[in-house]
Amino acid sequence: MKTTDVPQDDANMFQGKLREPVYSLDADGNYTTVKSVGWDPKNEVMKDAWDSVNEKIENARQDVLSGKRSPLAYYIEKNIMDLSLVASYMGIWKCKVKRHLKPRNFNRLGDEMLEKYASVFNISKDQLISLDELRK
Amino acid sequence: MTNKHKNISLDFTHKQSAHCENGVVSNLLNFYGIELSEPMVFGIGSGLFFSHMPFLKIGGIPVTSFRPLPGIIFKRISRRLGIKFEKHKYSKPRKAMDALDKNLEKGIPTGMLVGVYHLTYFPDPYRFHFNAHNIVVYGKSDNDYLVSDPIMENYEKLSYDELIRVRFAKGLFPPKGHMYWAKDIPEQIDLKRAIRKGILHTCKDMLTIPVPMFGAKGIKFLSKKVRRYPDKLGARKAASFTGQIVRAQEEIGTGGAGFRYMYGAFLQEASVVMQNEELKKISYEISEIGDMWREFAIITGRIVKNRNTIDESYSLAADMLLNISKRETDFFKKLKRCVS
Repeated sequence: MKTTDVPQDDANMFQGKLREPVYSLDADGNYTTVKSVGWDPKNEVMKDAWDSVNEKIENARQDVLSGKRSPLAYYIEKNIMDLSLVASYMGIWKCKVKRHLKPRNFNRLGDEMLEKYASVFNISKDQLISLDELRK
Repeated sequence: MTNKHKNISLDFTHKQSAHCENGVVSNLLNFYGIELSEPMVFGIGSGLFFSHMPFLKIGGIPVTSFRPLPGIIFKRISRRLGIKFEKHKYSKPRKAMDALDKNLEKGIPTGMLVGVYHLTYFPDPYRFHFNAHNIVVYGKSDNDYLVSDPIMENYEKLSYDELIRVRFAKGLFPPKGHMYWAKDIPEQIDLKRAIRKGILHTCKDMLTIPVPMFGAKGIKFLSKKVRRYPDKLGARKAASFTGQIVRAQEEIGTGGAGFRYMYGAFLQEASVVMQNEELKKISYEISEIGDMWREFAIITGRIVKNRNTIDESYSLAADMLLNISKRETDFFKKLKRCVS
């Protein structure tokens, strides 16, 4: 690839925080790097990956609002975690996290447990138990 | 929680690189007076590879990789340059941070493994639960640690709490506070020998592993898989599986085309050190192969965009992979002859 062909297809994937070096050949046939803000095929596959994540978040949101699952379900998907990862951060068994996905079990949780879950998701306890965020 | 120690800022030059493992090694060596570019670190560390393992899945999708496991480049280059690194893991975050402080006080810039999910300066679309990211901490200022992250263009900062969070991220291959620093730098480095070994090792990896999932054979193996994805998986899943290959090829910081362009840059630099014109000529061939990988990515981009349709794009993608496999087989045979 020539330096003049290095793409600059900006889909805001880097959010202006960086540009990525791409190795390419200059006019004299020497390798050099050119900073790129993105490339369409790459943007497409990344968007597809995030679309899958967003689908899961939306399904979880619906389940929580309809009372099928506890708010944990929503925040687990929002943080692209799974039960094992949450259990790991919480220092508890995976089956326990699974039980807390049921609204009646979640509603019985004490403050300490709720604070712990909230800190895993980087939110406050109040945010975890309120459904305001999900209704937006 | 705050740390009580004084402010330190080591004279550490930050250079951006495409790939974190290469970049950290290059920048650390530079601190100790050894100037090796990212492509040189990559080539000497035999970082170019290919594997597709259908049984190993992340997020339900098989893993494709264009480089060996994290840490291997680091290990190989240390060995080949005769540099000794000291490394430690810590069970207690507090101990890990105290050890870092001690290093900084001794004037030792320290490399470390972190998870990127909680990395506050990273762009959001890149913050997955990936735990094999390398950064260097070269100082501290009040409650902040001064960071040289090779992926970023400039120096960055992390607070004490933020740094603990990324050093002790959970998930697959948790970093557990892993940190490393240079202990012994040799007076002389036999660069020609290191380059030759690096090249031969890569040729061996790409040509002789007797398992169909690795090396140039692995690309042919993947080609067969991709051809059958639509039948076996249905449109939506087939698109995700194919897209994942391009994510490994382009998203993780390969410098373009699954490290193939970077390898060309290495061969060109190597040709000067080795005074071998053949290496310069062949460096253009791997760039052409890189262009084929980019073509494959373009076809895949179309597949993913039209993810609910199944058309001849899958055959085109599979054909491209098959051609790449043939070209890489020929290329690495030729490359081996260049340095033998």
